[in-house]
Amino acid sequence: MTEATLATSASSVERRADLRAGAVQRFERIVEIRGFEERLNVLFASGAIHGTTHLALGQEALAVGLATELEPTDLVTGTYRGHALALALGMSPRAVLSEIMGKAEAPTGGLGGSMHLCDMAIGLLPTFAIVGAGLPVSVGAGLAFQYRQERHVSVALFGDGSTNIGAFHESMNLAAIWKLPVVFVCDNNVYGEYSRINLTTPIEDLHLRAASYAMPSAVVDGMDVPAVRTAVAEAVERARSGGGPTFIEAKTYRFAGHSRADTAPYRPAGELEHWQQRDPVLLARRALEAEGILDAAAIADLESRVGAALDETIETVRELPEPALATMFDNIWTPGEGAAR
Amino acid sequence: MRLRQAIVAALQDEMRSDPSVMIMGEDVAVAGGPFKTSEGLLEEFGPNRVRDTPISEMAFTGAGVGAAIAGLKPVVEIMFMEFLGVALDQLVTGAAKMRYLSKGQVSVPLVVRASVGSGSGFGSQHSQTLENWVTSTPGLTVATVSTPQTAYGIMRAAVRDPGPTIVLEPRALYAVRGPVERGESGILRLGKALIARPGSALTIVAMGQTVTTSLAAVEQSGIDAEVIDLLTLAPWDRETVLESVARTGRLVVVEEAPESGGWGSEIVAAVTRELFSSLAAAPFRITAPNAPVPYNRELEARFLPQPSEIARQLTSYLATDSVPAPWWVAEGIHHD
Ligand SMILES: Cc1ncc(C[n+]2csc(CCOP(=O)(O)OP(=O)(O)O)c2C)c(N)n1
Ligand SMILES: [Mg+2]
Repeated sequence: MTEATLATSASSVERRADLRAGAVQRFERIVEIRGFEERLNVLFASGAIHGTTHLALGQEALAVGLATELEPTDLVTGTYRGHALALALGMSPRAVLSEIMGKAEAPTGGLGGSMHLCDMAIGLLPTFAIVGAGLPVSVGAGLAFQYRQERHVSVALFGDGSTNIGAFHESMNLAAIWKLPVVFVCDNNVYGEYSRINLTTPIEDLHLRAASYAMPSAVVDGMDVPAVRTAVAEAVERARSGGGPTFIEAKTYRFAGHSRADTAPYRPAGELEHWQQRDPVLLARRALEAEGILDAAAIADLESRVGAALDETIETVRELPEPALATMFDNIWTPGEGAAR
Repeated sequence: MRLRQAIVAALQDEMRSDPSVMIMGEDVAVAGGPFKTSEGLLEEFGPNRVRDTPISEMAFTGAGVGAAIAGLKPVVEIMFMEFLGVALDQLVTGAAKMRYLSKGQVSVPLVVRASVGSGSGFGSQHSQTLENWVTSTPGLTVATVSTPQTAYGIMRAAVRDPGPTIVLEPRALYAVRGPVERGESGILRLGKALIARPGSALTIVAMGQTVTTSLAAVEQSGIDAEVIDLLTLAPWDRETVLESVARTGRLVVVEEAPESGGWGSEIVAAVTRELFSSLAAAPFRITAPNAPVPYNRELEARFLPQPSEIARQLTSYLATDSVPAPWWVAEGIHHD
C-alpha cells in the first residue's frame, strides 16, 4: 500500500504544503498532472470543451519542483500553458477543470477558461494569454516586496519563445538594476508554437541571455524534480536575502502539439522519442524504485488511484451548473468613486 | 472557396504581379499561417518573400514600416489583434506620421492583417475586435472583411494602397464559404462601402461578423432593411451611408465591440449632424455589452449581437419609433 492521498477536498494551500511531505507526494502530483492533461486531450477531441487548450505534457517536473520551493505568499505569473503550474501550486483538478469547462463554480465563475487560471490563496495571478505579459507584472510585484522589505519572492514562468519579445528584455533589465526579488523561470521546451527554437532564436542556451543583464543564472534539467528544486531554492534564497533576481533556464520538451489542433508534424524524426526517454513521470518513477521508496506494485497502485480520482472529478465537473448570464457583468469595474456601478 | 482561402488567393495574386510584395509573421511560412491564411505561399514564393518571425511583434511590425519606406510592400500578420498592443507605437506614432513629417516624401505602403473577434472560445484576451485602437489615427486606413469576396477584394486593394492599411479579419468567418471572383474585377476600393442588401424601411450599417448577423436578422424579421457593409472604417464612406439614410430616414449601426467608444458612435454622430431634420426616428446602435468577452460558451454566444436580438430591436424600433433597450436591460440582467 502507498501512503494515503490527500482528500479531494483539500484546500489549495494544503495541496501546496503536501509537496514538501516527500518524494511520493511529489510523484503523485506529477502523475496527477500527466493524467489530467491526457484526459483533457480526450475531452477536447470529443468536443466536450470548446475553445483551445495548451497542454503541458513533459513539463510536469518543472512545475512540481518550482512549486515545492515557493511559499503560498510568493506571487507567480504564468502563461496560457498553465494547467501544470496551477495543479502543482495547489489548485485542485476540480478547480482547474471547472475553469476549463467554464462552470459556475470555476475560480473565475466561468469567465476565464483554460488560459486564465487563478488562485490568490496560493499566489497564482490569473495566467496571461499574451506572450511576455506576465514578466513586467512580476517585476512590479517584486518592487512591492522590496519596497515594504518583505521576504516574498516574485516568480515569472514563461517559455523559450517569450525571450524574443521586448517585455522579456525590459523586465530582465529593470529587475537587475533595481535588484528586485524576482525569479525568472524559462521553460525551454524547444518550441514556440510551430517553430523550433533554432528557427527563431540565435542561441538555444537561453541562460546566456542573463549575462547581458549581469544577472545570475542557472540551467537545469527541467525533467527532474530534484534538479529543479535545487536551482529554484538557490534563486529564492538569493531573492529573499536581498541578492536580486535570478534567471533559470529549465530544459524540457513539449510532448504535445502547441495547442488543441496541432499534431506537431514539423518535429524532426526521433526528437520526441529521444526526449521521451527523459519523461518526467518515468524519471520520478525510477528514482522512487531505485531509492527503495516504492516498488513497482505500489507505484501501479498509486497511479491507478490517482487516475480513478481524476475520472471521478471529470464526471462530477461535467454535471456542474453553468454560470448565470448575469455573471458576465461581474468584476469588471473596481468599486470606487469612479465606478458608480 | 473559404474566406481564409480568399485571403491566400489575394496575397498570391498580388505577389505574382508585384515582386516587392512580401509577407511576414509568426508561423506564416512553413506552417502556412496559424489560421491557414498563407497556405502554399512559401512553396510558391520562397523564403525571401514569405518569412516566419520570432514572437517579436514590435520588431516585425516596425520592420514592416521600415521595409515599406525603403521600397517593399510588406504584409505583416498579427495572429490575434490583441498582440498588436505591443507594436501599436510603430503604427500609430510611427507609420501614420511618416508622410506628414517628411512633407510627403516618405510613404509607408504597409499592410497589417489581424484576426479579430469573438465566437471561438478563446477567452477575454483573444476575442476582442479592438478596432478603436486604430480608427482614431488620421493617416491609418482601417478596413475589414465579411465574405470571401470582400476578403479577396479588400486585401488586394490594401496591398496596392500606397499608405499604411490595417485589415481586420473576423476569425469566426475564416471557414465561411462563398464565391470569389479573382482578378482585377474582384478588387474592391478602400473607403467604399457595399450595399449588401438593398431596402427601404431602414438603414443598417454593419461590418465584419455583424454583416452576417444583420442579414440573418433582416431575413428573420421580414423587415425591408438596407444593409450596408461598411468595409472601410477609417476613412469611412459617408456618401453611401448618408445617401441611404436620406432615403430610409432611419439608421441602426450593428457592432461587435462593447458599446463604449465604439465606431458606430461616429456614424450616428455624422448622420445626426447631416440629416437631423429628415430623420424619422433617433438613429441608434446595437452593440455588445460593456463587458469583456466571456469564456463560457453560452455566455460568449450572447456577446456578439445575435440575429434574434437584432431582429427584436429592429421590430420594436419600427413599431414604436423609439430606441429599444438592449437584451441585458430588457431582460433585467444589467442596467446599462
Ligand atoms: C504577444 C503574443 N504574440 C503571439 C502570441 C501567440 N502565441 C501564443 S503561445 C506562442 C508560443 C510561445 O512559445 P513559448 O514562449 O516557447 O511558450 P510555450 O508555448 O512553448 O510554452 C505564441 C506565438 C501571443 N499569445 N502573444
Ligand atoms: Mg516553448
